Order: sequence, then C-alpha cells, then structure tokens
Amino acid sequence: MPNDVEERDRAPASAETRRFRVFRFKRGDERPHTDDFDVPVGPRTTVFEALRWIQLHRDRTLALRHSCLHASCGTCGLRVNGREVLACVTGVRDLGREISVEPIANIPVLTDLVVDMREFYARFPDEHPILRHSEFLEDASPHGATEEHVRLEDCIECGLCLSACPVVVTSERYVGPAALAFAQRVVEEPRGAETVNLLTWADDPDGAWRCHAIFECTAACPSNVDPAARIMALRGTLLGRRLRAERTERA
Amino acid sequence: MNDSAAGAPGREARQERGPVQRKGFGLAPTGWVDPRGRTLGAWAFAGNRITGLGLVFYLYLHLGVLTTLLWGAHAWGRFLGVATTFVFLGLDVVLLFGLLYHGLNGVRVLLVGTGLVPHRERALWWAGAVIGTIVLLGGALHILGSRS
Repeated sequence: MPNDVEERDRAPASAETRRFRVFRFKRGDERPHTDDFDVPVGPRTTVFEALRWIQLHRDRTLALRHSCLHASCGTCGLRVNGREVLACVTGVRDLGREISVEPIANIPVLTDLVVDMREFYARFPDEHPILRHSEFLEDASPHGATEEHVRLEDCIECGLCLSACPVVVTSERYVGPAALAFAQRVVEEPRGAETVNLLTWADDPDGAWRCHAIFECTAACPSNVDPAARIMALRGTLLGRRLRAERTERA
Repeated sequence: MNDSAAGAPGREARQERGPVQRKGFGLAPTGWVDPRGRTLGAWAFAGNRITGLGLVFYLYLHLGVLTTLLWGAHAWGRFLGVATTFVFLGLDVVLLFGLLYHGLNGVRVLLVGTGLVPHRERALWWAGAVIGTIVLLGGALHILGSRS
C-alpha cells in the first residue's frame, strides 16, 4: 500500500495536462533560462505537487524549498504567473494552460527556485526585542553563527512581501515591508522593550518613508500580517514623535 | 541595530550570491511595470504617476501657449479659436480628470500614509472615485456646454 508521500506524488489517473514554464539557474550558468514541462494535474493538484511531480518524473535536478506543506512555514514561496504565492496551498486549476513558475523577486537566486533568505533577514534591525523563541526542537543545534532559534510574531518569513513590493526595485537599500512591519509590532506592543532605537532605525529615507503605500505586500502576505497598514501606522508614530520633538525644541 | 538608520545590503553584496530576479519587464528599475495580478493599490499608484507626468507636461504646454500673448492680440485670438473647438475642450475634460485623480489620490495617500487611517486605503480610493466622477461629470457638462 503506498504511503502518503507516494500517493501525493502519483499523477492523477484521469488527469489533464498543464504546461509548467519553470525558471532554471545553476551555479556556473551564464544566465537563467526556463524549461517547459507538461504535467498531469487533477482538480485539486497544487503547484507544489506539480513541481514535485516534475522532480520525480522529469528532472531530479529541479531544486525547490518546502517544509510544512500547510502554509505555516513560509518556505515554498514562489511567483506563479507573476504573483507571489505559497506553492503548497495554490491550486493549479485556475492558473491557465501555461503556468510560469519563478523564484521570488528581489532576493538572490541560489539555484532554480531557491533564493538566499539571508537577504531577507539582513534587512531587519539586529535587535529583536519581542521575537518569540521557537517552541519546538529544544535540543536542536542552531546552524553556524546562529545563537538560538527564534520566530517572528505572525510573520512566517516567506519573503513574498519583499518580492511583491514594487518600491524595492527603485532603492537598493530600502529595508522592505517585513522588517518595517516587525518594527511596528514592537512599537505597538513593546512588552517592556526599548523602542527608541527601533524608531530611529525606521525613521529613515530607506526605512518607513520609502514606502509608497501601494499595498502589494499586504495583498501578497499569506499570513495576514498586513505589512502596508503597519508601515502606515509606524509612520503615524514617527510623525507624532517628530512633531513632539519640534514642539519641545520651540518651548 | 545594523546601523543607526535603516538600510538593506547593497547591490554588490547581493549579486555575489546569485542573480536577482526583478518583476518588471525591460531594464531595472521597472518593478512596477509588471501588470500581472496587480491589486487596486498598484493601479492607483501607477495612475498617480501617469497623471503626474501628464500634469507636468500640461504645465509646460500651458506656459508655451501663454507665450502667444507676446505675439499680439491677433495671435491670441487665433489660439482662442482653436481652444474652443470640441476636440480641444475634450482635452480640457481629460485634464480635469488628471487633476481630480492626482489630487484625490494624493489626499488618500496623505491620509493613509501618515497613519491617520492606515487600514482604509481601498475605501478611500472608492470614495475618491465617486467624488471624482461626480465632479468630472459636472465639469465636463460645464466645459462642453460653454461651446454652445
């Protein structure tokens, strides 16, 4: 009897096929290219399942990241037909005959659909006052220079907001929606943490003021963090802080 | 903190690690040119840029037209003859649309962007659309009616 994984990876019996146009890049390649794969799909096939089918039946070198398969880890973030999605919960049914699959934008591609998430984390301020500690794998050894496992609150660290944000393209140093939403969350509920440094960090042309209120990050966020509204709220706080400082200076 | 102020790693640091994919078509920075699956906020943003460019173009056109005054009453009268044609008045309605869109969307961005109503960007856009449409219709009737 097949196990769950085999069952999931098997092509549906009465499947129609969809053409997947998949982004490819390997170390040493001069430039990225796309490969086409005709994949049998059923009414409930997800993008992840289709990519896994390609891995198992067409090209074992196709690299993609995945973990939980239920939209809580944020690992399988991709751009499908140009939109940022989690592959594990995105059905192929309404995506058309040809489906383009690309890695998320604005983050360096390591190989195929895998991006270097250090780029995502490097945008955050070093101090993480209310990051919650990972509640599982207590005996796991942190990798490399990491001191301990921590998670953001609400945010599943998928990077989709950074990919969806049109403004990231216009400024190389803009920290992006996730880091600013994190900062607002700390300011909103400090739980005893010092917020002055965080507000100073965010009060910068490449911080909260770079956002153009386009709200694409909010549309892309699979975790309902609503980064754009949080950036707007952060701006309100920064504005109030500036006005108070000015009033104090005048007095 | 990374620094006292916000800042992401520079371009050099990124490109050492691998190619960075951009969303837009053509050369970077064109990230907002990709229309696939864009939401209301992105279209509102694009509309603001387009109407903004249109208004800047109109400003210089307007200044250019005013220079006809330097050529005397005859030249100005000839321009007025062109300016009151149906096509020209139609362009005035387009101009009014640009002004209304840019102004009302600007008010929306101001209200949302300063944190006064951070969660109401869509509602404010539709409110602006209703107000703008009413004013545009009234303005169009007034402008085109002035010809008769």
